Amino acid sequence: MSFKSLAKKINASIHAIGLLFLFTLPLLAQTDISILNVSYDPTREFYQDFNEEFIKYWKLKTGQNVTIEQSHGGAGKQARAVISGLEADVVTLALAYDIDMIAKNAGLFPTNWQSRLPHNSAPYTSTIVFLVRKGNPKKIKDWHDLIRNGIEVITPNPKTSGGARWNYLAAWAYALKKELGDLSRLKNQTPENEILQAEKNAREFITMLFKRVPVLDSGARGSTNTFVQRGIGDVLLAWENEAFLAINELGPDKFDIVVPSVSMLAEPPVTLVDKWVDKHKSREVAQAYLEHLYSKTGQKLAAKHYYRPVLPEYADPEDMKRFPDVLRISIDEVFGGWENVQKKHFNDGGIFDQIYLSGK
Amino acid sequence: MTDNELIKLPVDYLPVHVQASVRETGLVKWLLIIISTLFLGFFLFIPLITVFAEAFRKGIAEYFNAFSDPAAIAAIRLTLITALIAIPANLIFGLAASWSIARFNFPGKNILITLIDLPFAISPVISGFIFVLFFGLQGWLGPWLAENDIKIIFAIPGIVLATIFVTFPFVARELIPLMQEQGNEEEQAAMLLGASGWKTFWKVTLPNVKWALLYGVILCNARAMGEFGAVSVVSGHIRGKTNTIPLHVEILYNEYNFVAAFAVASLLAFLALLTLAVKSIIEWKYKHP
Repeated sequence: MSFKSLAKKINASIHAIGLLFLFTLPLLAQTDISILNVSYDPTREFYQDFNEEFIKYWKLKTGQNVTIEQSHGGAGKQARAVISGLEADVVTLALAYDIDMIAKNAGLFPTNWQSRLPHNSAPYTSTIVFLVRKGNPKKIKDWHDLIRNGIEVITPNPKTSGGARWNYLAAWAYALKKELGDLSRLKNQTPENEILQAEKNAREFITMLFKRVPVLDSGARGSTNTFVQRGIGDVLLAWENEAFLAINELGPDKFDIVVPSVSMLAEPPVTLVDKWVDKHKSREVAQAYLEHLYSKTGQKLAAKHYYRPVLPEYADPEDMKRFPDVLRISIDEVFGGWENVQKKHFNDGGIFDQIYLSGK
Repeated sequence: MTDNELIKLPVDYLPVHVQASVRETGLVKWLLIIISTLFLGFFLFIPLITVFAEAFRKGIAEYFNAFSDPAAIAAIRLTLITALIAIPANLIFGLAASWSIARFNFPGKNILITLIDLPFAISPVISGFIFVLFFGLQGWLGPWLAENDIKIIFAIPGIVLATIFVTFPFVARELIPLMQEQGNEEEQAAMLLGASGWKTFWKVTLPNVKWALLYGVILCNARAMGEFGAVSVVSGHIRGKTNTIPLHVEILYNEYNFVAAFAVASLLAFLALLTLAVKSIIEWKYKHP
């Protein structure tokens, strides 16, 4: 076979494949409107259900067909992508700071975005719990058990993962509370020397904790897989919903949830990305999408997927029973807001960098 | 006289201590063969079996079910589109680069040869970031692109660009040594006999390098379809839209959908096996023209 005839054959097959694409194209796309929801790692299952419900609701209300595209990953990474130009109509991320960063660095929506929807724009909240192997063989009860010799702790990287930042802060809050007893003393900063000492001890505690971490994944789902699938570690610091999901998906006979004495009130917020909804002419449907999260359907689905609904009266009482009582500390109470937290702990050269680099 | 006797005879006539070391070479030979077989078995064969075993764990119906998911079909489609653009682009680039390097002398030739290897030397993730820095909203070209409503990254063009970048050495790397070795006497002869430049290219140059060219294209294709790192950075991970096959596999795995993840992964594994087979055929043809 000469090279020329081979080239002809290749040419013909390229044309054939090209034609195939032409025929399949109109089948795949062609709906009335579509919006892109850029979200964080563990919300996959929730939004899968919620999107289905919303599509039905919107069709009934307006007669319009809406397609919802989803993108998931570590919250920091996802925010970065939106800043770099990923045209999200709505962002639903793990913490307010990541959304702040989008407002600040890319100016895609106003910086007061968090006041545009009820409850600080967080339609559901969550907290951090421990997932341990069935029967809790290492007897892990609270944060101080994590720094015992021979314990391996799995958490994602706070630099890229929102959940990991909540994990880190929960541990820090625990250490402060243990020293100070009453966290309201942080507000008026008295007595100063005791506060300083408590901070120093908290730092030591976190240093010891991260020495026990053998793998830092970039997102919460990666860490869950490390613990659950690859069987590494004795305890996974996880979103409450992620821990429940792991138990559900992979068998209640394998893992137990341990609720620590202190945890965080995690508020994963949502917002409209004004610049892109105006460009895509999707403001109306995107706004309705976010508001629908606060509806009876949205709240019920959130509880079903182990997010704590902000309007619990809408949720199924059976679902609500599954949430254990836990002392949840808000970020403003102990840390004075995300801006401070980020600067002090997670920016380059911050406390996390110092302890993690020195620990290795 | 058989080959065996040829080797055996001289050993017997050698001094005793040399005989021992020659026999030892036999031992070393087998040891090396065993080590490399074990190594290949452990690092290649077992994982390959695992992929197919996991994919078929819940039966053939479940296996094919993974391919009826619109997101999987979209991922396969995107991967094919990407490869179909990246390969011709690199074919043209590879021919042009190797032609110029093998046939002409010009200042900076060595720099060009080194630059062709650049994608091999830098991590694919970094190459992805280069495109984000360049085309991102905060990047050099970003604001202009946004103004003119041109989407590069987080859309198909970005994925294609990243793929072209990581695969462009394959064709050129195959052709340059061959064309350098062949020299240009045949082309000069063709020209002297009155062939046009174009005719010389089709009748002389191309037939001389066809097998190396095909070989480069096949390697290029395998990498284009399997690339993860660079594409992951510029993709945006929109389900059913900007996920290639490898990215779709990761998503399925992260969603605890292991059968589907391995089923789609088996497609890539199958592609790899096919590549190997075609590669062997071409290698054989190459040596027995």
